[in-house]
Parts: sequence; structure tokens; C-alpha cells
Amino acid sequence: MTATSDTAPSSDAPPLRVRLKIQRVNPEGTPEHAPGEEYWDEFTVDMHATDRVLDALHKVKWEHDGSLAFRRSCAHGVCGSDAMRINGKNRLACKVLLKDLNLAQPVTVEPIKGLPVEKDLIVDMEPFFASYREIMPFLMPAGETPERERLQTPEERARYEDTTKCILCAACTSSCPVFWTDGQFFGPQAIIGAHRFIFDSRDSGEWDRLEILNDRAGVWKCRTVFNCTDACPRGIQVTEAISEVKKALTTGNV
Amino acid sequence: MNAPSLTPPRFARSPRTSHHVEKWSWILMRVSGAILIVLIFTHLFVNLMTGDGINAIDFAFVAGKWAQPLWQWWDAAMLWLGMFHGTNGMRVLVNDYARTETSRRVLKALLALAFIVTVVLGTLVIFTFDPCPIGANPDLLPSFCESVS
Repeated sequence: MTATSDTAPSSDAPPLRVRLKIQRVNPEGTPEHAPGEEYWDEFTVDMHATDRVLDALHKVKWEHDGSLAFRRSCAHGVCGSDAMRINGKNRLACKVLLKDLNLAQPVTVEPIKGLPVEKDLIVDMEPFFASYREIMPFLMPAGETPERERLQTPEERARYEDTTKCILCAACTSSCPVFWTDGQFFGPQAIIGAHRFIFDSRDSGEWDRLEILNDRAGVWKCRTVFNCTDACPRGIQVTEAISEVKKALTTGNV
Repeated sequence: MNAPSLTPPRFARSPRTSHHVEKWSWILMRVSGAILIVLIFTHLFVNLMTGDGINAIDFAFVAGKWAQPLWQWWDAAMLWLGMFHGTNGMRVLVNDYARTETSRRVLKALLALAFIVTVVLGTLVIFTFDPCPIGANPDLLPSFCESVS
């Protein structure tokens, strides 16, 4: 035996018995369920303590029910594809370890809320991306294009560092109760997407973006619920960034 | 090969407003809230904690207070700011939760009606209040009524 066998998951390690309760919907219908009907499906899988919720979903899809639909790409918390509601909280399935959950009860997995569900855990992300496009998420510099890089001091870079971490997973926007209600709100992600450019010293489009966010569907709909800050898998202080945008609008200083 | 055609997004946002209504609603909500804390707790302290406390409150007590311009304006400010704060809060809730344009309009119209009726009636009562109605039992009236009659 080598030293690695103590830490790496091996086939004889004690398994974790995990019950998954997954909210499902099939637009084409199944023999038991009408097209578009929402229902709960339960699966029991044996996993390791080092496994994540995504691994359990893979096991279900690969060994129990191949019709289960969910998104994932990198599976390491970078691409932002597998945001879902796990035990009632928006999380990336690839970042939640099974050993951190209460396995005495089934682990509930639902699609993120506020966006139209297409199948099982897959939602239509278009309204979310439409909000992001509206705040013009690209550098709008003023003046001549320089021969070399646009320079910035470390302090100027630090000003918007936090909001550059966003991976557009929609965990924040789909955790926001204001976003759930009427579909009019930009949502937290579009606001921090704007924040990233508004407070960038190289960008001169800040007032264009601030005027968009001064709209009735803009920052004023935020009630500082803090769900977004709790949901962000990147640890972005979302509510604080939104408040900084509000402050820029009320004081007129960026 | 042709570029794929894109369908427009399913959520259409309502048209932009240019008067910054929501910004001023947000600012005034916070300003009125901060002022109301002072107004309401002073009001409660004066009415309930000083003198005989709750046992002192009767027609004479209210009439005596409204005979002084300070308490008239104090109560008027509480009425106006409280009504603004509450009505604006309800307006925000209606915007969030009303599902159709018709229900939104109806609820906001009812809200505006309730606001106008309460503010107009309340302001009239505060500033036209007669502390010494003729023919009333003098035991129930404030003490300064004796010199008037």
C-alpha cells in the first residue's frame, strides 16, 4: 500500500448513502407524467465523502436515469454552468461537498428560480443574458487608442477587483426575490457587471451605464435582501457593490 | 451558410422613465423613515410616559395639545411623512407583485385615493380642530375653555 491510498477515494472506503430528491419536468412528457408537469424524483446512490453533488447527479444520469438533464462544463467552479438550488440555496453543484450536507434527509435539487425551465435542471438563461447585454459589458475608453497598454495603478485596479470575479452563473440573480416577482428587475448580476466597468479608471462610459441602472428596473428595486451575496459561488460582495452603484447615483461621484 | 436568426428575449422591460422617479422615491423613503423615528418616539414618550401616562389621554388632553402650534405641526408632519412612507412602500409592493397592467392600475388608484382622503381629512382635523365646542360638558374640556366661554 502506498501513502496515497489513505487520502484518495478507493473502492473499499465506506460509502455515503445519499438520497437525492430532484425536481423534474419533461417538455415532451413521460409515460407517467404529462408534458410540462413538474414532479419530484428520488434516487439513492452510494457516494464517497470526497464527492460533490455534481458527482451524485452524474451517477444518477450515468447509472440510474439517462433522461435526467442538467448543465455542467468544467465541473470545477470556473465555468458557471451548474448553478442550481441545493437544499433551498443557490449553489454550484460542483462546489458543494456531500459530506457538508445533512444526509439524514434527502438532498433536494431544483432548477434556479425566476427563469423559464426547459427540462429538469436546465433553465433558459436568455432573460439573464439580456439584462447583462443591456448594461454594455465592454470597455468604452475615451480619447485616442494608445500605442501600448492602458495603464492603471494597483489602487485603481483594486477599486473594482471584487466584481471582476463574476462567472455569470446566475446564482445571484435567480436567488433575488425581486427578480422572481415580475421579471422587470435587471437582477444583481447585471448591476455588478456594470459595477466592474463603472469603477474602472480606463472606462469612460460610467454615466451611460449609471443612467441605465437609474431606470425603474435598475438599482432602486434592490431591497438589500443579501440573498445574492449568500449565493455567489465566487464570494463577491454583491449587495455591497449594488450599494456602491446607488451611492454613485445619489452623490453623483464615481 | 446563413447566420442563425435570433428570437427576441421573452421578457420585455417597461419603457425608461427620464424623471428619476425611482431614485427620489428611494431617497425620500430613507429621509422620511429617519425623521419618523424621531417624531413617533417623541410622540409616544410625551403621550404615554410623561405626566399621568396613558390615563391622562382623553378629549381634553388631545384638545390641549392641538391648541399649541408646535403639536399641530408635529402631528401634521407625522401624518404627511407617515402617509408618504406607507403609501410609497405599498406602491413598491404593487409594482413587484401585481401581475397584470389592469390590476396594477386599479391597486395604485385605490392607494392614491386612500392617501388623498386620509391626508386631506387628517390635515383639516388638525388645523380646524375646535377644543371648546359649545354646549359640551365642561368637565370633559381642557381647562383653558373656562376663560373662553
